[in-house]
Amino acid sequence: MTKSTPHDGAARLAEHPFFHGFNQEFLWDLAKDLKDRTFEAGEFLVREGAPATEFLLIVSGKVALEMSTPERPRLTIQTVGPGEVVGWSWLVPPRRWTLDGRALKTTRALDLDGETIRRALESHPAEGYRFLSRLLPVVAERLENTRLQLLDIHAV
Amino acid sequence: MRSETASLEGAARPPHPFAPTPYVVRHRAQETSDTVTLTVAPAKGPAAFSYRPGQFNMVYLFGLGEVAISISGSDAAGTQIVHTVRAAGKITRALTQASPGDVVGIRGPYGSAWPLDRARGHDVVIIAGGLGLPPLRPALEEIFAHRDQYGRVEIIYGARTPKDLVFYEQIQAWRHRPDVRLQTTVDAAGRDWYGDVGVVTQRLPDARFDGKQTVAFLCGPEIMMKLSAQALETRGVPTDAIYVSMERNMKCAIGVCGHCQLGPSFVCRDGPVFSYQRLKPLFSIREV
Amino acid sequence: MPAPMPGEKRRLERADFPAFLAALGKAGYRVVGPTVRDGAIVYGEIEAVEDLPVGWTERQEAGRYRLERRHDDALFGYVVGPHSWKKYLFPAHEKLWTARRTDGGFEVAPTEPDPTPLAFLGVRACEIAAIGIQDKVFLGGVADPGYRRRREQALTIAVQCGQSGGTCFCVSMGTGPAVRAGYDLSLTEILAPGVHRFLVEVGTPAGAAVLDGVPTTPAETGDRETAEGIVARTAASMGRTMVAVGLRELMASNLENPRWEIVAKRCLSCANCTLACPTCFCSTTEEVPDLTGATTERWRRWDSCFNSGFTQLHSQSVRKTTMSRYRQWLTHKLGTWHDQFGSSGCVGCGRCITWCPVGIDLTEEVAAIRAAPVPSTAPPPAGTEKR
Repeated sequence: MTKSTPHDGAARLAEHPFFHGFNQEFLWDLAKDLKDRTFEAGEFLVREGAPATEFLLIVSGKVALEMSTPERPRLTIQTVGPGEVVGWSWLVPPRRWTLDGRALKTTRALDLDGETIRRALESHPAEGYRFLSRLLPVVAERLENTRLQLLDIHAV
Repeated sequence: MRSETASLEGAARPPHPFAPTPYVVRHRAQETSDTVTLTVAPAKGPAAFSYRPGQFNMVYLFGLGEVAISISGSDAAGTQIVHTVRAAGKITRALTQASPGDVVGIRGPYGSAWPLDRARGHDVVIIAGGLGLPPLRPALEEIFAHRDQYGRVEIIYGARTPKDLVFYEQIQAWRHRPDVRLQTTVDAAGRDWYGDVGVVTQRLPDARFDGKQTVAFLCGPEIMMKLSAQALETRGVPTDAIYVSMERNMKCAIGVCGHCQLGPSFVCRDGPVFSYQRLKPLFSIREV
Repeated sequence: MPAPMPGEKRRLERADFPAFLAALGKAGYRVVGPTVRDGAIVYGEIEAVEDLPVGWTERQEAGRYRLERRHDDALFGYVVGPHSWKKYLFPAHEKLWTARRTDGGFEVAPTEPDPTPLAFLGVRACEIAAIGIQDKVFLGGVADPGYRRRREQALTIAVQCGQSGGTCFCVSMGTGPAVRAGYDLSLTEILAPGVHRFLVEVGTPAGAAVLDGVPTTPAETGDRETAEGIVARTAASMGRTMVAVGLRELMASNLENPRWEIVAKRCLSCANCTLACPTCFCSTTEEVPDLTGATTERWRRWDSCFNSGFTQLHSQSVRKTTMSRYRQWLTHKLGTWHDQFGSSGCVGCGRCITWCPVGIDLTEEVAAIRAAPVPSTAPPPAGTEKR
């Protein structure tokens, strides 16, 4: 994992589709603890039940969101790829991951510290509103797709 | 092999419009735990069977009855017909247990076809869900046989789990073609799946095609076709360039028993392939 | 006397009606027509005049049918009962073919059709229209060989209605009461003090051939005028009306009208209407093997869109609710039939109204929908919604 300077960090955030168009100061604040992460195939990005302390944005690769119980083998319920985000549990109490996230192939991600983001959202209310407006459709789309999966739309 | 007029050429005219012709099972392949692909050839004589991609036959078992099954392929000479069958009822279950040498009855082909003419010179998007891929395979084979006549070709195939994907080897072969993009996705997967998990519409953003110059063929559960058509419309594909394959209970296949009616249409005769534009108003009415 | 010719009108006295029946028999026809059985006037074998409902009439209302004695001895003094001629042209059970196992597979032998031609005695104008409608179904696309044979051989002896039933509305549907075409012979019964005779109109050479040798005299002007008066009186006394104009569009644009739920609460999904309706054509096929499995038969029998399992697909029905089935029946009969066959499926005979156990009246349902149309709210096309 490598840490970048706030200046680089802000620039790299601005490149990620999720952060297109946000103002520089806000991105600067967010990028204070920005880290580049690389996960090899099979490595976990996040574990179910663990404290959710970071916001992960996928740059390349593929991540499987999985759930396991003792009586069943692991079950993948969603995959996320480049341009997408892993989750929002870092923002929503009790701030614990609800699923395992495992790299299916070599995956590079931007890692933002959850606490840093929350402070930035409070000190930049306008950008904060914008951030949530961008996060909410992600959650909505994920919810809708999950509903469709419940409807068994591939099954004849 | 494929001609614009579909008919049972070479063989004697059947004695009655509801009479099947005997065919022998030549080959059987297990696709999934409940789905089998059967290749059949005429029991008597070298009759050439002529059909268009998208059409179906009434497949018969002596003493049991018949059921409508899409044609999922044929051999180059048109003497063998391929049907992919899932065990869903008494007759289909018996068909999935058929082995080489067993006799079935074939009556057909019936119905409308995928409009490949319309698709020439366009990008083609094919979206299949579950057992929706078999009726599309003949169209895909036709496209691959004349690949230069079409633009970009994007295939999206979704199933419940990796074990429910049919034509597994053929899918791998298509995946290796440089002139087509194939995405597969499942609703849930275990350890050995490195592909996508999610619904077919989630794969569309990754598909590259020019909406205004695209013709789309969709086949699968009605809800899958409805959602895919809506997503394609948002990408600029006109509703009269989107085609769906519908399914209803069929007894006669010639438009006289009334069972397969869908609004004003008989699915056996005016379908199973319809333009989405024609059916769109019915897609939001329940129990039509 | 010269042989009768198509287009001619002749007079047949009631006393000579048995000779007319005998001529039909001699010409090789099996005569079927109205007869009293089980408290109703149904269609059955007619061997003698006494087999007809002489002196009977019926009283029909929504959900009600009762036979009553007339004050005279009219042979055709009623309208239509629960049977229609489809029971002969499109039999309720028909063996299509037999197959037996062979070395190479199996061999199919279609059923030999009954060579005896039928004479339909007493076909009403609405029924001629109904037969014409079923002709489009069974002869239009892939012709049904059994239907075609029976239809070509059948002799149609029409009868002009001397009264309307309580529930019929042929005037609204443009199918009667006057018989104008589609007959080999057409009879109008004329009854007055001291008079009981028939005006016979010859439609075809087949009709003329039967009449040849039956004692008839040329019709007189008075007969024609009387006959026209009878039909006009019938036309003026229809029990129901239904505005038929624009029904196709009305049905197509009211698939989500709340009226369907209202009528569904009454409908028992019993299928009586489809059984009685002269144009309903839905059928199913059955495989009937013998115990050894060496031979099997394919049978066709009447089915109904009201039956559960009619729309069975992948272990469930597409039309599960009574509402969806009633809607399908009526929107097909009055609406999509136009798209499929170029005409309405309804001839205004009123059978579905009479024979519905709860008295559902399609003329009333249509009037209710016309009075309060509710167009479907289809969603706007995707991608055009402004956010």
